[in-house]
Amino acid sequence: MDITDFYDTFFEEAQELLADMERHLLELDVEEPDSEQLNAIFRTVHSIKGGAGTFGFEVLQNTAHLFENLLDHARHGELTLRQDIVDVFLETKDMLNDQLNAYRNGEEPDQEAFERICKTLQQLALEEIAGSTPENGAPAAATPKEAAPAEEPKPAQDSTPAQTAEVGDEQAGQRLIVAFSGVSEENRKLLVEELEQFGTIQAQSGDDARYEVELETTTSADDIESVMCFIIEPEQVETRAAAPSSAETPTKEPEPAAANEQQQPGKAAEQSAPSVQDEKPKPPTAKKPAAKPANKSKAGESSSIRVSVEKVDQIINLVGELIITQSMLDQTVSTLEGITNTSLINGMSLLQRNARDLQEAVMSIRMIPMDFVFSRFPRVVRETSSKLGKQIELATEGESTELDKSLTERIIDPLTHLVRNSLDHGIESPDEREAAGKPRAGKLTLSARHQGGNIIIEVSDDGAGLSRERILAKARESGLNVSDTMSDDEVWQLIFAAGFSTAKEVTDVSGRGVGMDVVKRNIQGMGGHVQIMSTPGQGTTIRIVLPLTLAILDGMSIKVGDEVFILPLSTVLQSLQPSKDDLYQMAGSDEVLRVRDEYLPVVAVHQALDVAGAETDPTRSIAVIVQGEGRRYALLVDELIGQQQVVVKNLETNYRKVPGVSAATILGDGSVALILDIPGLHQLSRSKKDAPQPGSPASDKTMLSSSGG
Amino acid sequence: MNRYSTEDIQAAADGDNQQFLVFSLGEEEYAIDILKVQEILGYENVTRIANAPDFIKGVTNLRGIIVPIVDLRIKFNLDKVEYDGQTVVIVVNVSDRIVGIVVDGVSDVMTLTPDQIKPAPELGVTMSADFLSGLGSLENRMLVLVDIDKLLTSKEMALVEQVGE
Repeated sequence: MDITDFYDTFFEEAQELLADMERHLLELDVEEPDSEQLNAIFRTVHSIKGGAGTFGFEVLQNTAHLFENLLDHARHGELTLRQDIVDVFLETKDMLNDQLNAYRNGEEPDQEAFERICKTLQQLALEEIAGSTPENGAPAAATPKEAAPAEEPKPAQDSTPAQTAEVGDEQAGQRLIVAFSGVSEENRKLLVEELEQFGTIQAQSGDDARYEVELETTTSADDIESVMCFIIEPEQVETRAAAPSSAETPTKEPEPAAANEQQQPGKAAEQSAPSVQDEKPKPPTAKKPAAKPANKSKAGESSSIRVSVEKVDQIINLVGELIITQSMLDQTVSTLEGITNTSLINGMSLLQRNARDLQEAVMSIRMIPMDFVFSRFPRVVRETSSKLGKQIELATEGESTELDKSLTERIIDPLTHLVRNSLDHGIESPDEREAAGKPRAGKLTLSARHQGGNIIIEVSDDGAGLSRERILAKARESGLNVSDTMSDDEVWQLIFAAGFSTAKEVTDVSGRGVGMDVVKRNIQGMGGHVQIMSTPGQGTTIRIVLPLTLAILDGMSIKVGDEVFILPLSTVLQSLQPSKDDLYQMAGSDEVLRVRDEYLPVVAVHQALDVAGAETDPTRSIAVIVQGEGRRYALLVDELIGQQQVVVKNLETNYRKVPGVSAATILGDGSVALILDIPGLHQLSRSKKDAPQPGSPASDKTMLSSSGG
Repeated sequence: MNRYSTEDIQAAADGDNQQFLVFSLGEEEYAIDILKVQEILGYENVTRIANAPDFIKGVTNLRGIIVPIVDLRIKFNLDKVEYDGQTVVIVVNVSDRIVGIVVDGVSDVMTLTPDQIKPAPELGVTMSADFLSGLGSLENRMLVLVDIDKLLTSKEMALVEQVGE
């Protein structure tokens, strides 16, 4: 087997390790660091280093190595953590991430960035550690085999061996037996090569079923195992001490420690750092995050499988089909006579229930918790607030709320933008806040919750709120058509206009006015919309309302002539019977309908879509007031059928984009219905009116012959 | 001058015999490569698509997949276009797309040897010779061999979005 086969596993695991590391770093209490947490961070870096070494990703390995050394000092209390040091750690984490991505794309990582981060880390090691623990300078050359590999810039020699010596002192001369079970010869060779990096191999023997390697090493059993686990399964490797050769290797429990690593990460962590002296004894339960250290990904493997989205979508499709078939059968059965067919009817209702349950279960596969999105914000808030010199407390609510995976990925950018905006424009500087009688630290809340078939995501701050006057003044300045009588809601919506920003000065965080319009467009692209609530002096809440999934849509079915169409329910505001007095002709063929003192363009669906046999008299049809891209329209339809959830099917897979139609769906009787696209429909009806009213089939003919020739 | 697809002739020569699905449009017999055919359905439940050319009858639900339906009889300007129990839809798979074509009936599956496939002559306005891969001659029958791939992805059919549209 080729080692490249394991690349993907390594990349995925490393990515998860990095995410874990970031979480721990952010949760880390600088004043009183939790040793469990430091250990967890150390282990993530160590695992990455080990894996990177195995696969020959030198830059990644070297960076991780330097980082690991620093962390080792931190967990032994020799490096006093400060906020700026944690910032450097976070930066290093980003760098590791970049390098990982570079390797994943088959490129070499940015050498310049690598050298820069190395320098930063080495500097940090020199300044922070050399001063506090001068005795470490002495055994510098003691552990050459741990020293950084050859390509590393020279200065590394000054600092790195000094730190690794520490580890060496603790566990010098330790002899471990590493046993592999059920490992093929090729893999074994890899593993042994890997082990050689940790120390000297004293003896090795065995066969495929069980192969033992006796290793003299300075590395702990746990660490060796975590590296081995990049190549083989955790169950396949076991380590135990061969003979306790030194008094300094204290309670190194032989076997169970390693085997239990997954179940008892806390315990394992303590063992990997047995001689931490000045560590304050703390109950392991002191901090909740420590309960999920680096091994999360491995533990996760046993209870979850990775499946491609395509497969899941295929299942969703098939279940949708099943539901349709079931409802078709249901219709047939309902015409049967009840008494003689009791068992059939009972069976049908059971089938119906099971099919619905199945559909729900399948849909939930695509759902992932909002935590996936929220977890990246502590970092954003931390960086932005320090850049702006503001104090911000971030609170998140409803992290367990679930959302379709494709949506969570697309919500991150708009949400980041909103958070930055809130930090920059919403929350005032500490002095201003104090003057206003508020706590110096501003509060930013991210929340998510379900409401009906929607998910509501809110970004709220307790800042100054939006200023109506400033927005209006700015709008006039940019030539927008506004009036003082506009409702607050309408005024707030102005900030979504392109190029609109009321920020007094442009910062590199926000204020250029690009963005809010993009945010709105993105969210509309996901089938959602944005609301703003703001109270002067008390803060602003921006609410994003999104459908739970793109695969299912709440629709209103309407009938025009004999054809059924679906309107997305989120666009429907109200429906009414237009009276003659409210309809006005404008500039020739344009028609508007007055609804509550608002004049809405009338779009006759039968006209736009050439439906034969539809009601042509507006006063005898129904006007559905809909909203699309911020504008309202009155759609004339014949009949409202009702609300229903529909499964959205792409038209473009086998056909092409159709003007005025966003997608298609399959109705209960198995027929296809088109889902209307409101702005597209309006455009269509306008272009039809502009054209010199041809008979509809004729227009098709002309189109045909012109393209056919 | 005769025009024909050299590729197809070549393919037929290499692969020896080729199998075709024969269908009728009015009085004429046409044939398409059997490997392009996915299945054959009855004509029912087609949802009209507004503002599409009239030979695009609309879309239908093929086990959860939305498939456009093209009536070749309208496309080829046949006089009699009726939808009855005999009307069938041949579902073909071309260029990763699934398209249904409406024809008057499917008669049989034919195996043609390379020497039975003659180059297609330049035809009139009904169908450009670009979309023909040849003529199949069988005793007293003549089959028009249609290059269904080329036909359905052509700009004329308006089934596929063209670059720059």
